[in-house]
Amino acid sequence: MLPKKGTAVSAELYRELAWLPKPPSDFSIRCKELANGSGGAVGKKIRALATHALDEQQLSRLGRTIRSLQLGGVSLAPLAPFRLGLIGNGTLDLIVPVLVGTAARHGIALECITGAYDQFLQDALQPDSLLNKARPDAVLLALDHRGLSLQICPGNEQLATEAVDAAIGLLDSIRASISRNSGALCILQTLAAPPEALFGSFDRALAGTSRNLVDRVNQKISQAVLQSTDMLLDVAGIAETVGLADWHSPAQWNLAKLPFADALVPLYAEHVARIIGAMRGKSRRVLVLDLDNTVWGGVIGDDGMEGIQIAQGDATGEAHLAVQQLALTLRARGIVLAVSSKNTDSIARRPFKEHPDMLLKEEHVAVFQANWNDKATNIRAIAKELALGLDSFVFLDDNPVERGLIRQEIPEVAVPELETDPASYARTLAAAGYFEAINFSEEDRARAEMYQANARRLSLQGQATDLKSYLRSLEMRIVFGPFDRTTRARVTQLINKSNQFNLTTRRYTESQVEQLEADDSVMTLHARLIDKFGDNGIICVIICSATRNDTWTIDSWLMSCRVLGRCVEQAVLAEIVLRARAAGITTLEGIYLPTDRNEMVREHYGKLGFTRLDDGTDGSSRWQLRTDVELEDLPMTVQREEKQFEPA
Amino acid sequence: MEKAEVYSKLTAVFQDVFDEDDLTLTPHTTADDVDGWDSLSHIRLVLAVSKAFGVKFSASEIGGLKNVGEFADLIEKKA
Repeated sequence: MLPKKGTAVSAELYRELAWLPKPPSDFSIRCKELANGSGGAVGKKIRALATHALDEQQLSRLGRTIRSLQLGGVSLAPLAPFRLGLIGNGTLDLIVPVLVGTAARHGIALECITGAYDQFLQDALQPDSLLNKARPDAVLLALDHRGLSLQICPGNEQLATEAVDAAIGLLDSIRASISRNSGALCILQTLAAPPEALFGSFDRALAGTSRNLVDRVNQKISQAVLQSTDMLLDVAGIAETVGLADWHSPAQWNLAKLPFADALVPLYAEHVARIIGAMRGKSRRVLVLDLDNTVWGGVIGDDGMEGIQIAQGDATGEAHLAVQQLALTLRARGIVLAVSSKNTDSIARRPFKEHPDMLLKEEHVAVFQANWNDKATNIRAIAKELALGLDSFVFLDDNPVERGLIRQEIPEVAVPELETDPASYARTLAAAGYFEAINFSEEDRARAEMYQANARRLSLQGQATDLKSYLRSLEMRIVFGPFDRTTRARVTQLINKSNQFNLTTRRYTESQVEQLEADDSVMTLHARLIDKFGDNGIICVIICSATRNDTWTIDSWLMSCRVLGRCVEQAVLAEIVLRARAAGITTLEGIYLPTDRNEMVREHYGKLGFTRLDDGTDGSSRWQLRTDVELEDLPMTVQREEKQFEPA
Repeated sequence: MEKAEVYSKLTAVFQDVFDEDDLTLTPHTTADDVDGWDSLSHIRLVLAVSKAFGVKFSASEIGGLKNVGEFADLIEKKA
């Protein structure tokens, strides 16, 4: 198998902020519109624009736009104002607009106060320095190994100890001065070790090498943070994640004294903004999980308990287990878990109750919403039940259509982009850093319990989300055609696999399907759905047989649940009606035969405007529709494979 | 890369860095001719050009440039 294009689970996931959606193509136009301040709701628009995978130039541009709006006195509400002092060594001015642009992503209207180039001591120590007079909310000490003047002294333990103590002493005096002179908290950075080794691997062990000094300073900085109210920015961790060789750019240091490579400024700024966001209570608190192909591999309603992939030893199963494991560890540190799945409630709960490989159990889930309503309505209901703002929610779903819906309908909810390979899900969710915290307490640990995780099921009240405009934005195209040689295998597979959206659950072998193709009294139809995210393949199978001169009985109607809620049912009905009319058929007859899986389509024909003829004692029902009905306007274009059938 | 292509791409980078849609370049354009071309935006410019053309510049190459014409020559040689 060829590697998939754009699989970003390595360094580029972090460097390119790949959990965010790609920037809009009209990014610079949108920046200009913001600069003109036209149309109001500027703060919301800025945040929406910032919530893309912008590169350093785009973030810089956005940051400069925000700055000019701030100087012009434009209100950026609901963004919360924050003043950040920035002192350190090297050229920090380039970082400032990127920080401002990135902070907007985290709901912050940032203002940065920088000192003079390499004057950080004076900035901190003088009570009337620009920095201290500005009364910042926090000061970021952006000092690296150069700024702390770590002199290497290979093999000399005494000098090494002195060098480390001197560096920590310098940091301590800066922190004390800032606290005294401005009252601000400090954000301390760990140091990214330069990759150049002196001896080689031995550098790590030998006192006084660059690596050894950096390790020891970082250890002490971490301790200092735990013993104070100051905060930690783990630059060492960030740099190691993307690679020290990329972090340190000798060319850019020589050229412009950039303390680290400019391509990594967006990632650095993202981490700074997470900490500021956490200080202002903007970190997320709830993780809403989709189930099918997110928490487990496969579709529980169709594949059943034996068919879903969740076992150890299975590559796909382990990828989904990693998602469950991450969700559980997040819960253990206080993140509330909820479920939103398009499923029948009892079927969706079964793996939680009975599957031996499931790590997640019902008791871990505060609210469990498995139904056939749109997910925006469900997430709003969960937020109301938990009494938490929608801006504290994260929504994890493998389906780009569901992600797009939530981004459009509830932009406050964070929705990570996911690659198609489930192996990337857990890592991407973690990389997005939605749950950044600056400390950890016993109360945090107990918080998830406080939300009485008992898998409550909420009844949905009020209007469902208006989906028509979103559906139109999907650029859907439905392509109809009869069964034939090329589609036969997939059609047969669907006929034998579909359980939930299946009106009669009649199974046919491939040779029976072939006979149906040749039968003049039978109308076969398959539908393929294509949208802007790609081709969903064949998602619907219809078999109609002429049971009277003027009547078609719908022998089989089945669909993939993946395309539910997208008006595909209406489009398919319209197509059946058009084909019926062309064949001189005046009446359609629908049958519902109940199984333990297809409860969701009990009222299928009723919803489509059929009249109920009668009910059987076994729960079955028969329905009728005249083909002279008026057909609905559809949010998609319709195409047909065969040229000869073009209804008027 | 053709000189004309270099200039067209370079103009777009300049326009973006200096937030100036009407900015035009000639070989004789210098920092004095462009509003806001200070030492900081000069760094931003070099980084943006480097990214746009996928080339790297050494400090000495950049330090020796007198005008846009020399910059374009340098890019043409590398790209």
